Order: sequence, then C-alpha cells, then structure tokens
Amino acid sequence: MSIFVGNNTRLVVQGITGGEGKFHALACREYGTNVVAGCTPGKGGQDVEGIPVYNTMAEAVAKHDANTSLIFVPPAFAPDAIVEAAAAGVELIVCITEGIPAMDMVPVKAYLRAKGVRMIGPNCPGVITPGEAKVGIMPGFVHKPGRIGVISRSGTLTYEVVHQLCESGFGQSTAIGIGGDAIPGTNFIDCLELFAKDPDTDAVVLIGEIGGTAEEEAAEWIAANLDKPVVSFIAGQTAPKGKRMGHAGAIISGGKGTAAEKMEALQKAGIHVVISPADIGVTVEKVMK
Amino acid sequence: MKIHEYQGKEILRRYGVPVPRGVLITDAGDARAAAEELGGGIVVVKAQIHAGGRGKGGGVKLAKNPDEAQKYAGQILGMTLVTHQTGPEGKVVQRVLIEEGADIAKEYYLGIVVDRATERPVIMASTEGGVEIEKVAAETPEKILKAFIDPIVGLKPFQARALAFGLGMEGDSFKKTVKFITNLYKAFVESDASLAEINPLVRTGAGDIIALDAKINFDDSALFRHPDYADLRDLNEEEPLETEAGEFDLNYIKLDGSIGCMVNGAGLAMATMDLIKLSGGMPANFLDVGGGASVERVAAAFRILMSDANVGAVLVNIFGGIVRCDRVAGGIIEALKSVKVDVPVVTRLQGTNAEEAAKMLGEADFDFIVASGLAEAAEKVVAAAKGGAK
Repeated sequence: MSIFVGNNTRLVVQGITGGEGKFHALACREYGTNVVAGCTPGKGGQDVEGIPVYNTMAEAVAKHDANTSLIFVPPAFAPDAIVEAAAAGVELIVCITEGIPAMDMVPVKAYLRAKGVRMIGPNCPGVITPGEAKVGIMPGFVHKPGRIGVISRSGTLTYEVVHQLCESGFGQSTAIGIGGDAIPGTNFIDCLELFAKDPDTDAVVLIGEIGGTAEEEAAEWIAANLDKPVVSFIAGQTAPKGKRMGHAGAIISGGKGTAAEKMEALQKAGIHVVISPADIGVTVEKVMK
Repeated sequence: MKIHEYQGKEILRRYGVPVPRGVLITDAGDARAAAEELGGGIVVVKAQIHAGGRGKGGGVKLAKNPDEAQKYAGQILGMTLVTHQTGPEGKVVQRVLIEEGADIAKEYYLGIVVDRATERPVIMASTEGGVEIEKVAAETPEKILKAFIDPIVGLKPFQARALAFGLGMEGDSFKKTVKFITNLYKAFVESDASLAEINPLVRTGAGDIIALDAKINFDDSALFRHPDYADLRDLNEEEPLETEAGEFDLNYIKLDGSIGCMVNGAGLAMATMDLIKLSGGMPANFLDVGGGASVERVAAAFRILMSDANVGAVLVNIFGGIVRCDRVAGGIIEALKSVKVDVPVVTRLQGTNAEEAAKMLGEADFDFIVASGLAEAAEKVVAAAKGGAK
C-alpha cells in the first residue's frame, strides 16, 4: 500500500499538448503510471503518442474512469483547470504550475474543500509511489520502493533527501512535494494523517522551510497523534528576514517563520531534527536501528 | 513587489480612501512651491524609501511654513537614511513627499493580508496605532481585532461595522471608518496586493478618518495582470545585481558572505547555504538557476556571482532530475569561456548523468574541484575560500 497514488491511479494530464505537459505525461507513462487521457481545450480528438486528448475534463473522466489529474497549465488559467478537474469528479489533483496569485487560490481552495477533492501543490514536483506510479516531474529513477514516507515543501531538495535515503538503504513508500506556495492544497498534517494509517510506512521524513507556521502545526499534531518516528530538516537557517527565497511561501515576515522557531517546535515534539542537510539519510538509519 | 508611500496613496485615492493632499518633489527647490500649493500652512516633509522606520531615522519632519519645508526638504533629499530595515549602509533619499499636516485626535492601525493559517484575507484593526504592529501582536494580542473574509460572500458590512465599533468610533467618524475599511478592502483585492497597511490611520479633530501613512505591497505572482505596475518600480530601491539576475529569470538574493552559490531549486539552494555556514563559511548569496540551466543562464549566473567582490570561491550544486547533469556541465564549461572566473569553483552534480558530467568537468580547461556528496562539497568550498583566490 501507499498514499495518494499507486497501481489504481488512472491519470489525466491537463495541458498535455504543451511542451512541458507532453514531456512529463510521457515520462509518467514510461515510469509505469496509467496515463489514460489528456485534456487541452480545442485539441480534442488529437492524441499524444497514443494518449487520447479531450476538450473537456468531463469527457476525459467519463470515457476513461479517471481518478487523478496532473496540471501543466499557465498560472493565469490554472485556477480554472483545477476547478474543472474537481467538477469533473477526479479524487486527486496534482498541480505543478508555479506562480498562481494567492488571492486566486483562496476561492479555489474553498471550493475544493466543499467538494471534498484533494489537491497537491500548486508549485510542486508532485507525488510518487516508487515502483507503482509517478504523478509529477520528479526523476523516477532516484527513488526506490520501501517503507519511509517523505513530505517536503521543496523540489530538488526532496530528490536530494530521497537520494540520501537510498544510499543509506531505505526506499520510500510515497514521496510528496506539497509545494512552495503560501496556500498549499495539501499540508503536512494531511499527509501525516495518511502516513499514520498506512501499514507500509514505518517512518516519515519531513522537509520544511522558512515562512508560515505549517511546521509548528505539524509538530503539535505529531506529538499528539503519531507514534511512528519522524526525522525533520528545515531549510533556510541562514535566510535573511523580509526576502522571498524563491518560493512564494518562503519568507520570514514580521520576525515570524524562522528556521530556529520551527526547529525548536519540532524538537519539543520529540522529532529528530537534523541540523545539516547532509545528515538526513544517516539520521534515518540511526533512528530505524 | 514594494512601492513608495506616495504611490500607494495614489492608488488609495482612486478607491475613495481618504489620504492627505500631497506633492512629490525630487528637487529641494520645489519644496516651497509645493507647501504653498497645499495652503501655506503646516506640512510634513517625508522621505520616500521602501524601508520602514523613516521617522526615527530623521526622514520625516514637520514644517510650520513653506520656508521650513524648503529647509527640511534640502536636508532630507540626498541624505543617507539609515533605519532598522535599510541595513547599516542606509538608502539615499531621492524623492520627498510634501503633505498637508493633519490635526490628529487619535492614531489607529488598519492592515489587510492573506492569512496563511485560515487561507483567506484578514482585516486587522487596532487602537494601538503608530507603533509596530508586530510589537502589539506579541505583547497585547487582545488589542488586535480581526475580520476574516469568506471567499464566497466577500467582505460584508457587518464585519466593517464590528471593526469600527471595536475601535470605539462614534457618529460621523463611525460611518467614515466603515466606508474607509470597505474601500480599502476593494483596493486590496482589485490591485492584487499582498499587503495593505495603514499605520497610522488617523481620526482628526473634525472627526475625519484618513490614511496618514500607506504601505502597499503587490503579489509578485499577480503582476501579469498589471502591466502598468512596471512604471511604479524604483530601481534605486533594488540591489543592482538582483535586478540584473531578474532579467535572466534567475532568483538571486545578495548576502554578506564570501562563498558564491549556484543551485537548482529554492529549497536545495537554502539547504546549501545552511550547509556552508555549518561547515564554517558564509554564503555570499542565494541563487536558484531554476530548471533550465542553459548556457546563457549559467553564464549570467557566473557573471553576477563574479561581480560581487566578496566572493572568494563558488559552489555549484545541481541535483539533476529532468535536467541532465551532462547538459549542465556543458553549460558551465561553455559559460566559463565568456566569463572570467578567477576564484576556485567547486562543483557537485548529482542525479541524472552525474558520472558523464564529472568526466566532462575533469577534462575541461578550467581546474574544477569536483565533489560528489553534499557535505564534501561544502567542506571543499569553505577550504578553497580560505585558501584565497586561485
């Protein structure tokens, strides 16, 4: 078992006829993901190397019984694509798009919540259950099937962590990049709840970064609810105040959201906080002994 | 994106949010005429820089008459203003706002942001105006009133009334406060702001409600809807290297250390900076080269790193995923043909085609210091920086 995606994923790629959408749709299929359809308004009837393209998500979902959507649509149109996917009845939306205005996400998030549809991202690398399904832009070959759950606000840093885990001999049950925006579709706690219940996940690696209070909230939740070990690293210990460090959400504002505060909260919750990003793999090794 | 106070007030005025009358000058010789245009009475002479804390730093002066306005404008224009937000080097003042004086009965605070915890806009109001709101939030959080705006129904009048009642407003001032809040919220939404802060909000002796100061920041992700905002940009407020990096779609932030960093991905870039510090060095910058890492971008990145005189060594840390390491290595080798790099360069390319990349860098004309692990890379670059220029 695993969380979010796996052998029963039936994927539609929104924006499949664009350069990025096509490239990654094919990479997901090559990894073994069941890519059943694509959607680009106005390009219905075409196909992308055998993947049928539809004008609307409603058609794509109805014809192929799709349950998951992966979005590569520019920021101005992504909110529409997200709501279209949810309205068409998919259970999980993974939105890769970077740069959606925060105020555009506010009503979209409220809609998804009311509709009971899960979204991962935006501005994220996606989610992968190694050996089963890859729904995102991460390099599949870096990952190995195993029993460690990974949750991260970052992209390449997640690959680095997964690489270290594999070097230490640990595969992953599922690795999720929740994205670097201020309003993510899925937060740490959402993922932790699922990992807590997943019999195939023995421990969790949580990679946070400066900005907001998501890590502090996760720490509180873990202390009260999770009896699996958690190893955590917070990026941005050297980040200056008031500067947005690449990600829209990675900013220390009003003196809040520093790495030091987050690390302290995690430590208090009994989580193994790693100070050096080079020590994540070896720390998991120590904790799992 | 940050803008000046006078630009923020211009936006507020368009939405019917009352602000004092004012005139912007860039030449001290125009101060007297500006003060006379405003009635010849008391005016406030205000330095226009993006950083806060201008008053304490001597950048805001009350002038009793046009002569004094002239004098103060002469002092402020061209001065290097140092505040708690500018850093010790300060900012040279190039624009001054001359504004009519207000008869202040009481100061308040009003601010709007998107709250990350509730994932909706929040309007905050407080009777503790004119002081740092972070201080109020830390010491007397009960003095901050909040109204969370539901995305389905938007700001409802009862919420604006509750805030106005909470501030203790009465009669005409109450009505004006409700209207002020309503219009400020409209300005916040329609201008795609990430912050709209009025501190202080003022009730005058006559009962009027006006924005004595205004801080408006825009959501960078929404700039595509507002091409006109390009005119509001003040390049003097930006770090020149950051401006240049922006032209190449590079995410660069200058810091004070001596180790230049070039990394793909914001999270990995921050983690790399952290590791450099843990290894005994200090990062000179944050730099995310993004996914592409083409020859042009890598060359631009090296050019920017090299124009920082503090840089004594460079660490290139790339985790290749979709981006192949051999392509990145090719980009680096090609870039170094056009950019003069006279400091040691440590490279750590991991992931897709990492071995081919290491081979290419080993055979190149440039003497790269190749590392494979993250910790090894940091140790090598710190040692290289301490060893001095190559």
